[in-house]
Amino acid sequence: MRNDYHNPDPEKLVAMFERMLVIRETEEYLGAQFRAGELPAGVHLYIGQEASGVGICAHLGDEDWITSTHRGHGHFLAKGGDPYAMIAEIHAKSDGICGGFGGTMHVADVSRGILGANGIVGGGLGIATGAAFAAKLEGNGKVAVCFFGDGAANQGTFMEAMNVASLWKLPLLLVCEHNGWSEFTRSEVATSGRIIDRASPFNIPGFEADGNDVADVWRVSGRALESVRSGEGPALLVTYTYRTRGHVEAEVNFLSQPYRSEEEVASWVAKDPIERGAALLAQGGIAEEEISAIRARVKASIAEMAKRARSAADPDPARVRSMMFSAAEA
Amino acid sequence: MAKRRMIQAINDAMFEEMERDPRIVLFGEDVEISMFGDTKGLRERFGPDRVRDTPICEALLTGMAVGMAAAGWRPVLHMMFANFMYTGFDAIANQMAKLRLMTGGQMKLPITIMAGFGGGRSTAAQHSDCPYPLFMNLGGVHVAVPSNAGDAKGLFKSAVRSDDPVIFLEPGGRGGEMGEVPDGDHLVPFGRASVRRSGSDVTIVAISAMVKLAEQAAKQLAQDGIEAEILDPRTLVPLDEDGILASLSRTGRLVVVDEARDRCSAASQIAAVAADRGFAMLKGPVRRVTVPDVCMPYAPVLERSVYPNAERIADVVRELLNCRDYR
Ligand SMILES: Cc1ncc(C[n+]2csc(CCOP(=O)(O)OP(=O)(O)O)c2C)c(N)n1
Ligand SMILES: [Mg+2]
Repeated sequence: MRNDYHNPDPEKLVAMFERMLVIRETEEYLGAQFRAGELPAGVHLYIGQEASGVGICAHLGDEDWITSTHRGHGHFLAKGGDPYAMIAEIHAKSDGICGGFGGTMHVADVSRGILGANGIVGGGLGIATGAAFAAKLEGNGKVAVCFFGDGAANQGTFMEAMNVASLWKLPLLLVCEHNGWSEFTRSEVATSGRIIDRASPFNIPGFEADGNDVADVWRVSGRALESVRSGEGPALLVTYTYRTRGHVEAEVNFLSQPYRSEEEVASWVAKDPIERGAALLAQGGIAEEEISAIRARVKASIAEMAKRARSAADPDPARVRSMMFSAAEA
Repeated sequence: MAKRRMIQAINDAMFEEMERDPRIVLFGEDVEISMFGDTKGLRERFGPDRVRDTPICEALLTGMAVGMAAAGWRPVLHMMFANFMYTGFDAIANQMAKLRLMTGGQMKLPITIMAGFGGGRSTAAQHSDCPYPLFMNLGGVHVAVPSNAGDAKGLFKSAVRSDDPVIFLEPGGRGGEMGEVPDGDHLVPFGRASVRRSGSDVTIVAISAMVKLAEQAAKQLAQDGIEAEILDPRTLVPLDEDGILASLSRTGRLVVVDEARDRCSAASQIAAVAADRGFAMLKGPVRRVTVPDVCMPYAPVLERSVYPNAERIADVVRELLNCRDYR
């Protein structure tokens, strides 16, 4: 039976709306903590891009693989990662998902198929291709989804991944989250042509979605994943979106001059994926009170987790030396 | 015991291990036809899923090995010449060596990366490097450097059974040399040096292809009544520091022979271990016989001028024995 990815049903929409809120609440909290000097390192927030990760991961199960980027909190949570364990990790606590060894740029939960955020731009391309090869060998319908930015699309490994994945018909979905910027460089001065046009020379189908509309991302990625799962090989999906916060939180403190206008940012804030999600819910007949109740519930739950995470124990330095090799840990 | 060439011994190990464990997958450039012979016949036996030629894209291939391992497989990636590992270095250094720690131990990465290394055959500067010092400095990868057929087989089997990444480097110039290979399921544990020759006057730690040169030097020295003990560390990570120090306690003198460029070589590290943990045992300075800090020239006469040889090793040993005892 061919799925009709025409529109997500209300139940699905509510679930995705809630997931986006979990990401937003968590990251608003983390941003505030960083500005208050409570985090050991800066955080790259996904605020404004939530619909992209959430709409895609809604089609995935724990058994599917994802790789993520330096801007990885959203992918981690969208794929079902535990917010408490992520917050604790970023607070550098032993309860953290990586025991405090990884931090904001390396949140991973292998048991949920989250092969990690990555501090190396484009670092997930090879890993996801390898996971897709593994899935192909297993032949049990798993897929690998590689999230990367428009900046990462200029790494040579993007071409290498498309070549190998197409040649070997690997179940790989390449997702370029095109937010128009890589750090403080505008996409137009770093990228020739259109990224979506890079797929067809490799016989890879290309898909494009409004990355600020969770329903559109869900529809388009549903079709893209259907193609990937059918055994026909990889697909490229470009989601167009924008990060309404800085490249890294509190960048204004070190940047000598602005690199984008307030109007530009405001024009995207007006397209906020969460508010658009709320509007979709309202259109779908979900009552205003119910939407408010979801917002309140998520807010309270993240606040409670954050409080717990702050008071969790520090990691034990005695573990550092034993962490490099598996034999040493025994 | 059977007589095998080193390349055949590695090939035997691959057959036996792939037979034993269906999750071992071999991939790389021209592994099907096999440039060196170490992966010969595997495609015919194990099929296209488990033995696969790849496009030339080392930067992706090393990352793929990480992804496959994270997804529960045991990849063996053949990178042909060790110099090509530089092209694939990013995922080795930034992902493979770090992901276990970064994920708080969640990620198990049973990866073997193999390649031929070393000079002495006019392969010139881009096909002759000994990149193991770089890998030694990464922290999160094991490094195996066999010197003979038997150890090559045993170390390779240990490499593919390890749950951690292993860089397995075959000395290119020694692949065709015959050696004794023990029968049966022969495994060589990591971190255990082998004493290739016993002697009481000087310890020569020789790495991989350098063992043979050290043996030649020891023969010359024996004619002068100098008895050298030769130690082959076999793996550089982990390094058998205790084994090296035990030998040093017998001889009081240390010469390290390493085909890597001198600066920050494996020899430098071994010398540092001796200076640190073995200082009281040393009768004289620790001496290194290495390649000077130049890249390998092409002309045989030029290459010979920088490549270690038995005479240089013997000369350095004699100089060391002529030093007054510092203790
Ligand atoms: C290999 C590498 N080069 C450079 C950097 C520094 N860096 C971090 S994020 C970034 C921009 C990435 O842009 P993009 O891929 O579009 O992702 P976005 O930040 O927009 O989400 C750069 C250059 C890095 N982390 N890794
Ligand atoms: Mg970008």
